[in-house]
Amino acid sequence: MLPLIEAMTAAVHQVQSCSICGNLGGNDPCEICSDPLRDRTTICLVEDVADLWALERSHAFRGLYHVLGGTLSALEGVRPTDLRIDQLIDRLKEGSVKEVILALNATVEGQTTAHYVAERLAPSAVAITKLAHGLPVGGELDYLDDGTLTAALNARRKSA
Amino acid sequence: MLNVVRSLAPVAGDTRGQLVVGQISLTNFRNYHDVRLNIAATPVVLTGANGSGKTNLLEAISLLVPGRGLRRAALRELQNQKSSEPWAIAVDLSTPYGALHIGTGSDPETGDGDRRIVHIDGKNVRGQNALAEHMAMAWITPDMDRVLAEGPSARRKLLDRLVYGFDPAHNGRVHRYEKALRERLRILREGPADAAWLKALEDEMAQTGVAIAAARRHMVQQLRTGIATTTSAFPRADLELKGLAEEALENQPALLVEDSLREALARTRGDDAQSGTCVCGPHRSDLVVIHRLKQCPADLCSTGEQKALLIALMLAHVRILTSIRQMPPIFLLDDIAAHLDDIRRASLFEELRTLGTQAWLTGTDTEPFASLLPHAQHGVVEFGQVIWL
Ligand SMILES: Nc1ncnc2c1ncn2[C@@H]1O[C@H](COP(=O)(O)OP(=O)(O)OP(=O)(O)O)[C@@H](O)[C@H]1O
Ligand SMILES: [Mg+2]
Ligand SMILES: [Zn+2]
Repeated sequence: MLPLIEAMTAAVHQVQSCSICGNLGGNDPCEICSDPLRDRTTICLVEDVADLWALERSHAFRGLYHVLGGTLSALEGVRPTDLRIDQLIDRLKEGSVKEVILALNATVEGQTTAHYVAERLAPSAVAITKLAHGLPVGGELDYLDDGTLTAALNARRKSA
Repeated sequence: MLNVVRSLAPVAGDTRGQLVVGQISLTNFRNYHDVRLNIAATPVVLTGANGSGKTNLLEAISLLVPGRGLRRAALRELQNQKSSEPWAIAVDLSTPYGALHIGTGSDPETGDGDRRIVHIDGKNVRGQNALAEHMAMAWITPDMDRVLAEGPSARRKLLDRLVYGFDPAHNGRVHRYEKALRERLRILREGPADAAWLKALEDEMAQTGVAIAAARRHMVQQLRTGIATTTSAFPRADLELKGLAEEALENQPALLVEDSLREALARTRGDDAQSGTCVCGPHRSDLVVIHRLKQCPADLCSTGEQKALLIALMLAHVRILTSIRQMPPIFLLDDIAAHLDDIRRASLFEELRTLGTQAWLTGTDTEPFASLLPHAQHGVVEFGQVIWL
């Protein structure tokens, strides 16, 4: 057995960010992006990898993901160019994606970002939907139980 | 006037379920090291010298509802300065819906003085809002004496706190709104502004802003009813809610008001960027309070009249809380005797008994409470100890 410290360094080296969706994993593209059984017409937009994993654990979603890498915040100095929004727009240009689900947290930052992304995606021909309300105000996805997540996904609606 | 006091309904009997702090234990909280008090349902009168710990005890009780308590203190201030053991408050509560144990304090595991943990019946609950499900509370403190004269911002905060007493989600709304407002101002100030980003923030402001305005309107309507249904010796107040969204909701559906607020925000971007403030929205609203008999706005009333108006408002609040929650809230009245004449004081005591609320009243002297004492528990506070008489 490797000494712990070596094992940990090895683990750090093995984890890489998926160049398509931003997920973390052992491979690039990640297991999800390279899985032929996933539905390639739907992309679920999440703030961070923790939210992606929360949705994966719930087994409620069989499409692809896009990790934004945060939320807009003028006060924290996070601007649109700091997020992976342009990468998302590029992914849509390829044409097979029909729906983007905005699965951002119900916080002010999450909802502002969702609104902003919806605005930016408006020129593309994809349907933009939002997780249904009924998520607790200020609620963060990775704290929600699977049932709540599944219900929110199934009841998603067209983004205003 | 005295006749009016005497003709009040008899003290509520056993028919109505009460909300009662039956036991409270304080550990390393402010000037209390280790104190346990057993209390009955009747009003509690606490007297004692300046600095003995009366307000501290009331503050401890006020932490049994979400928020930062009646002093709005930073959590670190609550820790007893002579002890490094974490502060804690534990309460046995009896409610119309059953008995309940509530504990709150700084987190002994993380030692994090900035976060308070909440236990309900031994279980750690996430966030504080669960407290509001079991508890109902109102308070009057000397800090509030001039609140009606201090200007729109103080009155608006008072109103928001009353709304919060009914609807814990209100605090979240106000918080969201203010956050979006600050974000918007920052973007406007830093320029060049990203229009889509501003639009997203203004949308959040419009949505939460109208929800805030609607909740305030509802509250004011309730308060008017609460004021109308009393025969006490306290002056009647006429209430008026001033604000773009609040007034528009009078005769327009919420979605239309949202649109107008959104438009108004988009229109004032230039002005706001220059002035560094946001000129329209519910953060500008005001609760106008008018002494009905004198037809005089509260800010022009005497100190005693203002206090009487404030107490009248809080009594109306307690009355409607009682009817909506189906239990009288715990009512904390800190330093209450100051500024009240004999008639008003008698009327207040009578009303507290009628409401059936477990009221906690403090003062330095015993004399002002003389007429209440036969119906109350009287404790003398001394150096962080309470001696029951
Ligand atoms: N964290 C703390 N640790 C120890 N003592 C504290 C702490 N915070 C406040 N105190 C002390 O508690 C004492 C009692 O304060 P409190 O405000 O309860 O007095 P009071 O009985 O309401 O007096 P007054 O009649 O003047 O209103 C004060 O002397 C204050 O210095
Ligand atoms: Mg005091
Ligand atoms: Zn991927």
